Amino acid sequence: MSEKDGFEERLREARTRRGLDKPQATRGSPNSGPWGVGFRAGVEVVSALGVGVFLGIVLDRWLGTWPWLFLLFFVLGSAAGILNVYRLFSPRRGAGR
Amino acid sequence: MAAEGKSIDALSQFELTPVLGAVGNAVGFTQSTAHMLLAVGLVTALMLWGVSRRAIVPGRLQALAESSYEFVHELVVGQVGDQGRKYFPFVFSLFMFILFGNLLGMVPYGFTFTSHIAVTFGLAALVFVVVTVIALMIHGTHFFGYFFPEGAPKVLAPLIIPIEVISYLSRPVSLSVRLFANMVAGHVMLKVFATFVVMIGSAAGVLGILGATLPLAVNIALIGFELLVAFLQAYVFAILTSIYLHDAVHLH
Repeated sequence: MSEKDGFEERLREARTRRGLDKPQATRGSPNSGPWGVGFRAGVEVVSALGVGVFLGIVLDRWLGTWPWLFLLFFVLGSAAGILNVYRLFSPRRGAGR
Repeated sequence: MAAEGKSIDALSQFELTPVLGAVGNAVGFTQSTAHMLLAVGLVTALMLWGVSRRAIVPGRLQALAESSYEFVHELVVGQVGDQGRKYFPFVFSLFMFILFGNLLGMVPYGFTFTSHIAVTFGLAALVFVVVTVIALMIHGTHFFGYFFPEGAPKVLAPLIIPIEVISYLSRPVSLSVRLFANMVAGHVMLKVFATFVVMIGSAAGVLGILGATLPLAVNIALIGFELLVAFLQAYVFAILTSIYLHDAVHLH
């Protein structure tokens, strides 16, 4: 048993020496690097804004209130986009999520 | 597929053309569909063939099959917890399908079906529906409490609830656009630099050949980068699906 433990120890040392054990990737932010982070944030904002604008236009068509609901949902969509970006950078298992 | 002529034609590589002759034409069976079937076939073959020998010391295929299994399994259990085990087949199928789709696009003359928003949004909408149904099945009407954080002042409810609903609805959009945009951008860049090689190389003399090596070198680096992106985007899709599953199972 001690022989096996010694082997595991030596294996781990050898792996660290050769740089085979990569540091544990941070959870929840897989696409790191400035371009990746910027792209993800941009996609989050644009998609939330798009959904908001889409909902606003559809509701306006339905209720005949153009352009008021569109304007309202434009603002709400922007807020949702900022919320998305905030969630992207805040630690995930925090309170209130 | 080849870059011909004097203009940069970077987008024709995404055009759908029917294959299989008249039959394919009639039912709209395009090269995209063919590549999807190929991806499913390859994944199935890898998993069935890879583990068929059940060797104690795995061969190459078995090691590939087992490590992909363990990779996704660790991802799902790490994000969702032990209750996430039953959603593993779903995430694993998604991950392998997208990964093989991205990688098939890197094969010369291959087609990247993940470069079509219809495909990626279809997958993201599937994730969205599955996650919402799971949340409703586990929590019933308590699920709607997700849209209003506990402890927030009631006065703000008319403001917070629409924002949370929009944020929730934007998930499939951002999930699909991220994969689609990454694949399109990568393949457009590859095509543009490949066209540069041909355009500069067809210029007269030794200077043209020498000049053409520059975009060729860029393209070689880009192909390596695209292989990374192909894997990374499949991973991002899988990890975001797991994060959404975590929210569905635990709500907060």
